[in-house]
Amino acid sequence: MREKVAIAGIGYTAFTSVSPGSSYRELTYEAAVKAYDEAGIEPKDVDSFICTSEDFLEGYSISDEYCNDQLGAVLKPAQTIPGDFIHSLAVGMMHVLTERFDIVVVQALSKASNMKTIPEMINFALDPVLNRPLDITAYMVAGLEMNRFLAEERATRKQCAAVVVKNKANALLNPVAAYGARVSIDHVLDSEPIAEPVCLLDVAPYADGAVVMVLCSEKLAPSLSDRPVWINGVGWSSDSPTLESREWTDAVAVRLAGDMAYKMAGIACPAKDVDLAEVNDEISFKELQHLEALRLFDPGQAGKATEDGRTSPGGTLPVNVSGGGLGVGHLFECSGAQKVLELVLQLRGEAGERQVSDASVGLAQAWRGIPSTSAAVAILSN
Amino acid sequence: MELDKKELGATHYKESALKEGKLLSLAKQPKLQYAWDNGPAIGRYLEELKEGRIIARKCNKCRRIMIPPRMFCELCWRPTDEWVYVKDTGKVNTFSICYVNWDASRIKKGDKPHLPAVIEIDGASEGMGILHVLGEVEPEKIKIGMKVKAAWKKPEEREGAITDILYFKPVRG
Repeated sequence: MREKVAIAGIGYTAFTSVSPGSSYRELTYEAAVKAYDEAGIEPKDVDSFICTSEDFLEGYSISDEYCNDQLGAVLKPAQTIPGDFIHSLAVGMMHVLTERFDIVVVQALSKASNMKTIPEMINFALDPVLNRPLDITAYMVAGLEMNRFLAEERATRKQCAAVVVKNKANALLNPVAAYGARVSIDHVLDSEPIAEPVCLLDVAPYADGAVVMVLCSEKLAPSLSDRPVWINGVGWSSDSPTLESREWTDAVAVRLAGDMAYKMAGIACPAKDVDLAEVNDEISFKELQHLEALRLFDPGQAGKATEDGRTSPGGTLPVNVSGGGLGVGHLFECSGAQKVLELVLQLRGEAGERQVSDASVGLAQAWRGIPSTSAAVAILSN
Repeated sequence: MELDKKELGATHYKESALKEGKLLSLAKQPKLQYAWDNGPAIGRYLEELKEGRIIARKCNKCRRIMIPPRMFCELCWRPTDEWVYVKDTGKVNTFSICYVNWDASRIKKGDKPHLPAVIEIDGASEGMGILHVLGEVEPEKIKIGMKVKAAWKKPEEREGAITDILYFKPVRG
């Protein structure tokens, strides 16, 4: 069986709070044209297309059907994953590994600005019989999670705020990030409470954007790219959806997804072997919880590391150099795509002002957002 | 609650049990609202409908004149090139006579059936056109290939929507 799969081309739009000049079609088309151009291919060369789309979020039933035109996937083998882009990336990798598909295209899109009742849509993820009648909202679930995390003394409230300060500052160096800003710990702590201890600035604001990537076999890689980035490992996992009895302090599904990816990538000591990480930071404390679940820091240590600047650019493990969800924007099923995109740019040495020096192994992690426990991880190298 | 236990362990309940509140039931009206950005192609298409015109986009590679218009040709994989006005006449590609409403309820006795049809528009490439409804026609007289023309709303009533065309009607003579 083939061992390695390459990312041979990337295409992306800017990530913006609104995108009124384009429909979802033009957004994906822009990303696809760029990705195919980089890899020097046309849609006719592609053996399989994988889109990432969730009907509820798009406002279309069987939104699969609405993905194809703008990718050049009409009348071609195409399928849709209702998960995160990293789930799609894993499926794309498997397609190539079967040796039946040499070139595979993976896509994800966020048109969050078109979703006018996002809290209602997210609430539909809660159990209709046991949870919804209590008027429990997904934001309350975020508050429940964060409170338990803090109560276990896994981080301080200030350390969580330090994540926001870092990521929004990082985004100022990312030309496609929507929410770069210079904020202070006090700005975060004094922002409007949402569901205590979660405040407004702890929450990643929504953004629009599209990402397309071209994957190919190791054999084809040299002809498609002079700077391929390799997918060394992927992993995914979900905990129980049951709010009544799930693990609240630790992100167990993230740990299992990470372990699966580490095993495939042959990484024995993540804290030593990973050079930079793009992890889900949809709520500030999540970055800390996820870093610990991924064994990049010991339990209770990620917050301290953030305060000390060890996860800042130039630190021992730069985290969310792109700005993460807090700085780039929350992109729903495209969130993981933005993280993989940042790794590709960093591993190619094309990240401009925010380039991490000597980066050779990167980790991207996605979480499906409140109130889910679904996670996916990808490990890339140059 | 009255339960009729039948073979194979299945539990049956009577519809009356639900109506009488003997079964736990929860009702919540979801508030799901979307505002789809149309983009340049569909945006212009709708603006032109408001003016009583139908506009298409042409791909200079495959020469197709496409409606609804699109900014890229999904077959040639390149940007489309020109705006082209097409006619508001065409022929019926396919149609159906429907006796149920959108929610699958039957139409009222005596009401006219719904008449959805795909109209191939004159001036657009073969097989391209508008999904709409037929009007001013007896259902039994509709034929595939029949020539039809748009019946427009009055200019002051048009709002830049597909419903600015009320229906397509047979071309007489």
